[in-house]
Amino acid sequence: MSFRYQYRIWVNRLFTLFATASALVGLSLLLLILYQVFSEGIGALSLDVFTHTTPPPGEKGGLINAIVGSVMMSILTMIIAIPIGLMGGIYLAEYNKNGKLGSCVRFLNDILLSAPSICFGMFTYQIIVRPTHSFSGYAGAVALSFIAFPVILRTTDDMLTLVPDQLREAAAALGAPVWHIIFTICFRMARSGIVTGLLLAFARIVGETAPLLFTALNNQFWNVRMTGPTPNLPVTIYQLAMSPYPDWHQLAWAGAMIITLAVLSINIVTRILTDGAPSNRL
Amino acid sequence: MNNLIKNLSLFCAALVIVLVLAILFVLTRAAWPTFHTFGFSFFVTNIWNPVTNQYGALSAIYGTVVTSFLALILALPIGFGIAFYLVELAPPLVVKPLRIAIELLAGIPSIVFGFWGLFVLVPVFQDYIQPFLIRHSEGLPVLGKLFAGPGFGVGLLSAGCVLAIMVLPFIAAFLTDVFKTVSPALKESAYALGATRWEVMRSVVAPSTIGPIMGGVMLAFGRALGETMAVTFVIGNAHRLSPSLLAPGTTISASIANEFNEATNDLHTSSLLALGLTLFAVSFVVLACGKASILLLERRRNA
Repeated sequence: MSFRYQYRIWVNRLFTLFATASALVGLSLLLLILYQVFSEGIGALSLDVFTHTTPPPGEKGGLINAIVGSVMMSILTMIIAIPIGLMGGIYLAEYNKNGKLGSCVRFLNDILLSAPSICFGMFTYQIIVRPTHSFSGYAGAVALSFIAFPVILRTTDDMLTLVPDQLREAAAALGAPVWHIIFTICFRMARSGIVTGLLLAFARIVGETAPLLFTALNNQFWNVRMTGPTPNLPVTIYQLAMSPYPDWHQLAWAGAMIITLAVLSINIVTRILTDGAPSNRL
Repeated sequence: MNNLIKNLSLFCAALVIVLVLAILFVLTRAAWPTFHTFGFSFFVTNIWNPVTNQYGALSAIYGTVVTSFLALILALPIGFGIAFYLVELAPPLVVKPLRIAIELLAGIPSIVFGFWGLFVLVPVFQDYIQPFLIRHSEGLPVLGKLFAGPGFGVGLLSAGCVLAIMVLPFIAAFLTDVFKTVSPALKESAYALGATRWEVMRSVVAPSTIGPIMGGVMLAFGRALGETMAVTFVIGNAHRLSPSLLAPGTTISASIANEFNEATNDLHTSSLLALGLTLFAVSFVVLACGKASILLLERRRNA
């Protein structure tokens, strides 16, 4: 074989090796993170975590206030974000498929999907926390909904677009009004995809920290009224991890594991519910 | 009822535009005292002193750009390798589980990465990697400056690495999707001419998808710019400008996360809001360019 062939074969081998190695390294690095979060987290887990509130340094305690606060805020967020996301998606897919306004909204929405989440926190601080003179769980939920609703809007738009036009035309020919077609025909067809969008939005906000830093703040105590600083898991982890106390670090590992587990299981459930549905990227 | 639903949905869609404009307006108004006091020099001075009430954004902007670039430089080759492996090399049995794993990892919240970085990566960096870099780059012309000691563990390099790990699943999944859009006929004709797998990748797949690839790289860059929690844990949070990658620094988002609640006076708060506005505007432009280049190419393909 000539030198040229040898050279090409070796270059190919080199890059094959590189690609295989990077797949191995990349994936094992990410799995290593998961493994460490889980092994340290399980080591730090005890019944106290689910029965006690955040402790002062040196005492035993748990994260129940933060968990409850996070769950309440996430639910409120979804209550705000679902109608906006669904209706916005309906507008893009059903009323303004290729128009100027539709394209503009779609473009800006895609940017909001990746926009820095801390800016939503600052914005909410300015429009809610400052005028009301109080950090609150409500402000936290509003800030989180700015992250959640673009996800829902995007998937609703995508899923409704997949519904074939013949169905709409058939329903219209039978005399159904447009809104009736949307809510009974199109939604039923696109149901699994839209549910995926809701779950992905939920998974996205569960671990968001930056928008909560100056909206919900955090709270060491039990607080289910969301009018004041509201405890939440991500910011609690941040504060525990930044502290100098080893027992707080342990608790933070447990918290990190709980969040990772929650996000992973939501994503896996989504995947099982709807095989081949849209992913959470873009 | 018909009009009600139509108008309601129009209202919700318009909220997207209103939100973007409102963020720009509210942040600009809140940041106005800073721009009024410091003018354009806010962006080019390297002072951040709440005591004397002097603020300049240069160190934060520098840290943001450096960490994001580092993240891309580290993650792009590995992400490309993963995508190459998934599209051309992997046995069919491996492809699906690997893809699922990557997509699941892309969803893990950034605070987990930052937290892991602080407790696992930083000690390793401090004990092994940074002393190694300092020892072996000493006296070298450029590297000597880049890796000048002492190594604290936390710093620009650690932040760049954590960011790289975070954007890796995004880049890998994106590139895989893009490479898959290349028509099999095109690839098979290259194989039929005797091209090796790497040659098909380099001369057929990559050139025909270069537009979306650039777009995706910009999207990843935009995300890295605005990332807060993964960076705040490991950057060291020092407002200073140092040519060494091992030195502690700060980014725009890390400064905001650290100082916003403890801002001492109105000008301090306003300066942090000015930082936030800068971040929002810059990542908006980067993301818009990335998105636009992907859209343009899709349109050309459909036409």
